[in-house]
Amino acid sequence: MAATLGQDDVERVATLARLAITSAEREQFAKQLTDILRYVEQVQQVDTSDVLATSHPLWAESAWREDTPQPSLPTSEALANAPDANQDAGLFRVPKVIG
Amino acid sequence: MTTHPSVRPAIAAALSRIEQAQPALQAFQSVASDLALARAEVLDAAGGTAGSLHGVAIGLKDNIVARGFTSTAGSKILEHYRSPYSATVVDRLEAAGAVIVGTTRCDEFAMGSSTDNCAYGPVHNPWDLTRTPGGSSGGSAAAVAAGLVPVALGSDTGGSIRQPAALCGVVGVKPTYGRVSRYGLIAFASSLDQIGPLARSTREAAQVLEVISGHDPRDSTSAQQPVPAFTASLNGDVRRLRIGVPRHLITSDVDRDVRTAFDTALDVARSLGATVEDVELPHTDMGIAVYYLIATAEASANLARYDGVRYGARAEGVSTLGDMYERSRHDGFGAEVKRRIMLGTYVLSAGYYDAYYKKAQQVRTLIARDYTRAFESVDLIALPTSPCAAFRLGERADDPLQMYLADVFTVGANLAGLPGVSVPCGLTADRLPIGLQFIARPWEEATMLRMADAYEAATPWKTETPPTR
Repeated sequence: MAATLGQDDVERVATLARLAITSAEREQFAKQLTDILRYVEQVQQVDTSDVLATSHPLWAESAWREDTPQPSLPTSEALANAPDANQDAGLFRVPKVIG
Repeated sequence: MTTHPSVRPAIAAALSRIEQAQPALQAFQSVASDLALARAEVLDAAGGTAGSLHGVAIGLKDNIVARGFTSTAGSKILEHYRSPYSATVVDRLEAAGAVIVGTTRCDEFAMGSSTDNCAYGPVHNPWDLTRTPGGSSGGSAAAVAAGLVPVALGSDTGGSIRQPAALCGVVGVKPTYGRVSRYGLIAFASSLDQIGPLARSTREAAQVLEVISGHDPRDSTSAQQPVPAFTASLNGDVRRLRIGVPRHLITSDVDRDVRTAFDTALDVARSLGATVEDVELPHTDMGIAVYYLIATAEASANLARYDGVRYGARAEGVSTLGDMYERSRHDGFGAEVKRRIMLGTYVLSAGYYDAYYKKAQQVRTLIARDYTRAFESVDLIALPTSPCAAFRLGERADDPLQMYLADVFTVGANLAGLPGVSVPCGLTADRLPIGLQFIARPWEEATMLRMADAYEAATPWKTETPPTR
């Protein structure tokens, strides 16, 4: 894998990450991420045929519980940290989604 | 730990120490004097000293939430976030009589090894104010080293408790993955994050670990494991304990002072009756690469929640929803967080997932297997905690990869889910602390704490204090 991140790649990744970036950041990230990728690429030299991927370091049992209602945060508290909310209606407010 | 017949004066004294030290150290992000004093009065009114941490002042890393406290996780995006609930560790500490006095400064979202990545400015090391306290739990380590609080909590994703503990000359414990509930920990990398204590002594750290450990139905990754009385295991008897040393990792890249202190520490362990032998951890040199692939991938998913809707800052003057997401995240996150979100997003994206993320998860399996194999012949693995003592603030801030390499001895325990402890083991020629690390089998914190405590009792390092104290 040729690990060179061009500015187009950076732009594409930023879009996927929902992150606005300036042209200066685009340039800087292209260089820094390329350096980091070239370093981490060493994992590709390891023979991992028949090796399972670890997603949980110690065990893989699911934690089950009965699906019973429990007390939760009151709506007013859940809304208290929102940048914009309608407390009376119990809603978060966001800019228009459809024009 | 001292118990206080009257809690309020003790807490007031801690608050005043913090206030005096704050201009030089910047160890605290916010101090909750009113909440802490009110809590102290409640304890005094109730009378008695029932809880094992009765009246003990505790600093909370700024990424662990407590009801009524501001928790920024070192980020501008959470500048005004006040949690409506408390982390399980906070509930447990308070139930044991402890008093949270404030939040300690850390790298943004715990991403860093120096506190240089804190949006509010770095923490200064009490041993030398021009140097880093380590990170990301640098504020917790500096606060304990400077004697502001006897104990602070940190979080450790790739070394973020143990490395600052080493650089500040205190004890830091990263428990087994699943030992301590993460409910209320602002998530960074969920297959790696673990909360643990920093304290002046192994005994105090063990006492706090005992309180915060145990299954929590609110954290599906917390384990159904019995919690031993960790303090009861600190009996000083380490005879016939077998310590493995992965010599092949301790190369010339490790500072000479650190290597010398480490070898001397092994002699002390031998003199206490432990045996020391070489072990091989053949895949550990891949640790940093695997860690930065997995941690950034998980971080990119965890940090998707900062969208300017439910909490956190929203950019001004945005006209559409998409614009709001992108600009809120641009304005709210610092450079290192953006870099990691970008890297994590890239390695999870179509066409790269197998080559980077999945491959890293497979090599992670091999790293964990190396430890399992080593633990067939030894009880503990010893390593320096950090390849160097405290470096200067800002020194590595412009070189992210160089900063990552500082985690070389600590990421292994996170990748394999193992417990690790860092205990002071010397000072450099410049009087900067050096840390010794013991790593144990899963759930065997008691063994590693017993070794750390015995080592501590046999050496003078605990009595060394920073000049600013």
